Amino acid sequence: MTGFFTLLYKELLRFWKVGFQTILAPIVSTLLYLLIFLHVLEAHVEVYQGVSYTVFLIPGLVMMAVMQNAFANASSSMIQSKISGNIVFVLLSPLTYRDIFFAYILASVVRGLLVGAGVFLVTALFFNTPMYWPLWIGVFAILGSGLLGALGVIAGIWADKFDQLAAFQNFIIIPLTFLSGVFYSIHSLPPVWQFLSHLNPFFYMIDGFRYGFFGASDFSPYLSLCIVIACFAAISLLAIQMLRSGYKLRH
Amino acid sequence: MTAAIVVQNVCKYFGAFCALDHVHLEIQAGEFFALLGPNGAGKTTLIHTIAGLSVADSGSIHVMGNHVTKQYRQARMRLGIVPQELVFDPFFTVRETLKIQSGYYGISDNGAWIDEIIARLGLADKADTNMRALSGGMKRRVMVAQALVHKPPVIILDEPTAGVDVELRQSLWDFIRELNVAGHTIVLTTHYLEEAEALCNRIAMLKQGKVIALNSMQNFISTMSVGYTLRLRLLPDTLPSMLQEIQTGYRNGYIELKLDNYTQIEPVLAQLRLSDIQILEMQLLQPDLEDVFVSLMNNPLTQTQ
Repeated sequence: MTGFFTLLYKELLRFWKVGFQTILAPIVSTLLYLLIFLHVLEAHVEVYQGVSYTVFLIPGLVMMAVMQNAFANASSSMIQSKISGNIVFVLLSPLTYRDIFFAYILASVVRGLLVGAGVFLVTALFFNTPMYWPLWIGVFAILGSGLLGALGVIAGIWADKFDQLAAFQNFIIIPLTFLSGVFYSIHSLPPVWQFLSHLNPFFYMIDGFRYGFFGASDFSPYLSLCIVIACFAAISLLAIQMLRSGYKLRH
Repeated sequence: MTAAIVVQNVCKYFGAFCALDHVHLEIQAGEFFALLGPNGAGKTTLIHTIAGLSVADSGSIHVMGNHVTKQYRQARMRLGIVPQELVFDPFFTVRETLKIQSGYYGISDNGAWIDEIIARLGLADKADTNMRALSGGMKRRVMVAQALVHKPPVIILDEPTAGVDVELRQSLWDFIRELNVAGHTIVLTTHYLEEAEALCNRIAMLKQGKVIALNSMQNFISTMSVGYTLRLRLLPDTLPSMLQEIQTGYRNGYIELKLDNYTQIEPVLAQLRLSDIQILEMQLLQPDLEDVFVSLMNNPLTQTQ
């Protein structure tokens, strides 16, 4: 296990050493979203009874920050190591593909949770967001960041240059996140969009996460949990298979 | 004696290009072995397939008896590789880099050995410097140190002295030689043939993915020898007609003659005496690896199809 823990430590140290960029900056930008939506929309919408729009928005933004940073961590670490060539030191070592997978995922989960917790703690100074079911919050945060970490591993292995990674992020990750109900309840959407939202696995992560705060959600949290676990398992298997076969890593 | 590396019938293709063509090679434990060949001959590809960075399309490779893909953990534990490309992780200092590398091999408490390799490779005053701030030669030393953190019985160095100053080259080879004496098997590729000649007891030459020669250094030079070079500065500066057919060149005022063996020296001297030509200076050059290398690489008999 020393090998696995060392790689995990290295991955944690990697983002910790540039914490301004990897933790503080995303916390600030997420809070800016909140500030802007607060200013523009507060008076207009009430999604759940007795829950102001801002308070509704907070869990969504927290989860968005968790997911985006988990993805960014695994994908940028992987592609940087690949492009600079220092991935060779991992590939030459007796680390197993499972060691590599779990170290990258866990580091991504930690960074996602740190950013998410940072955003939430700052909002807690100004808003009183309820936390009905902390366990649900934790479970969805961990699964969501794990899933995005696994997607990050896949994107980082697949992309040959930063340009391709940016495309993966801009055309897949960001649309799926923004259209997953971070900023709204899907019940406010026309039926077609509601249907499409149900095809988006990110929707279930955010909806389940939000259930932990309000005890209310668009969709059953148990079903959401099953769907998120299934997606996590599928994406993880794909990532593990890529690592095992040495796809784009070993020639 | 256990074989350190056994390569059996290995082929490796990149698309239609055959990078390794039925390579057979056995390197015994404790050897100091050189892998030579021009650029693109397949040296690095062969090292990559041994290290698991590439996967052979056919054939098998064992390191200390462990199959490199089926028992990759055991094989890699026994292997230390210094890659040819200068690569480093810009997030860490030298000591952090070496601690992390040790951890990958399951070694959590490696301080004493890390201190020793840092000292031996002249990195002591850079130990807490970030990798980014090191010069190319210093980064190369760290790569050598990284290959040694787990004290592997087999060490492969892919052109370790490329771009490295003379002083380090010397101290690096002293250190590697010591490791060899202590029982480590050393395999190296280098473009400096005099290094291979001075250090290695056996060599393989690769050309277009094939092993075209494999022998001990001594046998290699004597059996593959292209003869001796006799260099003469004469007065008058011209050869008698009898000798002109064995003249191979004229360089810096020296006439160069090719001889197959020592017994041919005497007739040459006799001819010069007879023609009343005075010898101002004379040198006899031993054949070296470079001569053999150049002749092998140019020899159409060793051209591969």
